[in-house]
Amino acid sequence: MIDIIHTGPFNTVQDLGRPGFRNIGVTTSGAMDPLALKIGNSMLGNETGAAAIEIQIYPFKLRFSKATAFVVTGADCGASLDGRTVQPWCALSVEAGQVLELGQPRVGTRAYICIAGGIDVAPVMGSRSTSLRGAFGGREGRHLITGDTLQTGEVSSPLDLPATGLSVVDPAYALADFYPAHEDGALVIRAIPAGEYGLFGTDAERFWSQAWKISTQSDRTGYRLTGEPIKPTTPVEMRSHGVVSGVVQVPPSGEPIIQMADANTAGGYPKIAGVIEADLWRLGQARIGSRLRFVRVTHAEAAGIERAVAGFIDDVGRTSRMVCRALQTMN
Amino acid sequence: MSASAAKIIQPVEAIVLDRNGARVSPIGSRAFLLEATGDFDLAAQRRIWALSRAVELWSETLEIVPGMTNLLVVLKVTPEDPEILALRLLEAWEQAETIDLAGRMIEISVTYGGEHATDLAALCDRSGLSDREVIRIHYEGTYRVFALGSAPGFGYLHGLDPRIYMPRKTVPSLNMERGCVTIGGMQTGVAVLTGPNGWNSIGFAKLQMFDPMSSTPAVMAPGDTVRFVPASIEL
Repeated sequence: MIDIIHTGPFNTVQDLGRPGFRNIGVTTSGAMDPLALKIGNSMLGNETGAAAIEIQIYPFKLRFSKATAFVVTGADCGASLDGRTVQPWCALSVEAGQVLELGQPRVGTRAYICIAGGIDVAPVMGSRSTSLRGAFGGREGRHLITGDTLQTGEVSSPLDLPATGLSVVDPAYALADFYPAHEDGALVIRAIPAGEYGLFGTDAERFWSQAWKISTQSDRTGYRLTGEPIKPTTPVEMRSHGVVSGVVQVPPSGEPIIQMADANTAGGYPKIAGVIEADLWRLGQARIGSRLRFVRVTHAEAAGIERAVAGFIDDVGRTSRMVCRALQTMN
Repeated sequence: MSASAAKIIQPVEAIVLDRNGARVSPIGSRAFLLEATGDFDLAAQRRIWALSRAVELWSETLEIVPGMTNLLVVLKVTPEDPEILALRLLEAWEQAETIDLAGRMIEISVTYGGEHATDLAALCDRSGLSDREVIRIHYEGTYRVFALGSAPGFGYLHGLDPRIYMPRKTVPSLNMERGCVTIGGMQTGVAVLTGPNGWNSIGFAKLQMFDPMSSTPAVMAPGDTVRFVPASIEL
């Protein structure tokens, strides 16, 4: 069990989301950085999709009311346990009563506190993710507030963590071969041209060539980008159709919107591109006010990156268990 | 790990296959949209319902989202060759026979006009009709739920009289209330969440459209028939 001692708004319980209900208009929700969630859970011996706390407003403080193990993944936000520095991506055992505190992030925007056994709120429609728009899931369909108590699940095969903790290399470095470096300070996001790409004529080139700024009107629902507008050569009134997170739509203003985890499930604005699945987590860590650039890739390239990332997550789970077992034998 | 995976090859155009009245295009790496390019009518939607049933059974399908004469297919993993998938979808479309869903009849009581009908005046300007005529045309229609989407339990209704078609707004209303009876292009529906909304409001209905704790969370289902009943008209 954990007690929330301090939180700002918009910090929520999230797992990998609620797929399968877009056909009745229910957004998937889920962690904005699913990679951080999966790795955090793998390091604790949890199911990769166990629920965690997603922090996007700082500072955040909680108390563990019983002994357990945890890891903070995602944004590096100078975490401390009873005042002592906790490295990100390092799983640690804690005693009852210890206090974990997260400060303003130095790198990234969203941190995940994963706990052995996962956060045990009641699943709604197959997921523990909070749907703020729908006001269900997570903790009573709302963001966390100071004074909340959260239960944690049973751990079927707990890891015997070494006293100094168990670390993995930040995936930003570990997977560097598969993720391009920033270009002129802009995050490089890979995308595939979508259905209405051809309607943008010569403006389409500008979609790729300019660096777009993530506007202040950006949140878990979507990122509004600002830059030199791009417009279709003829206006289109589309029939409403299903969309997924990562779709880049262009409303009449000509400034694109990227739909994110809490996105509408349907839309009618022309789509110029779609961000590849393996790059969504990087968007989830991008800061408001920062810039990004889109780069075209093929499905084959996207599939290759996806396999590499999946392999890395598997490795973390397997290796964590092996290392813990080996260290126990040595003791 | 090889660095070659990060090398970027630039495809020249979007992968869009257009054949026999349907068009397939990707959204990102794992989702594909098939759009029927013919008329916006029940016949096309019946084929979409048939296609949905077929594609749902594919082993690589994670999720299907039927839309308005279109179908979004979300796959479990990114396919190496998107054209193979697109062609398979087109073949399934060609083989899709028409099915009709036996839906329920849903009557929705509406207060037309009044404080929630924020876009009624604009609709009159565009259509050249009086507010009374716009309202009468709306409640005399019989509508079919083609698909659900956008927000939990929101039903896209087909059957709107072309005289009162009204494009979505360029600048959405920031805080449209749940229950607003709206027109978006050739479609109509009832807002299920309070929030930003680009559709045009002409009235208000009190009806809970969604309950996440129910075994059937959405009130409407594709195939249902909807009629709007004027409870009052406030002009």
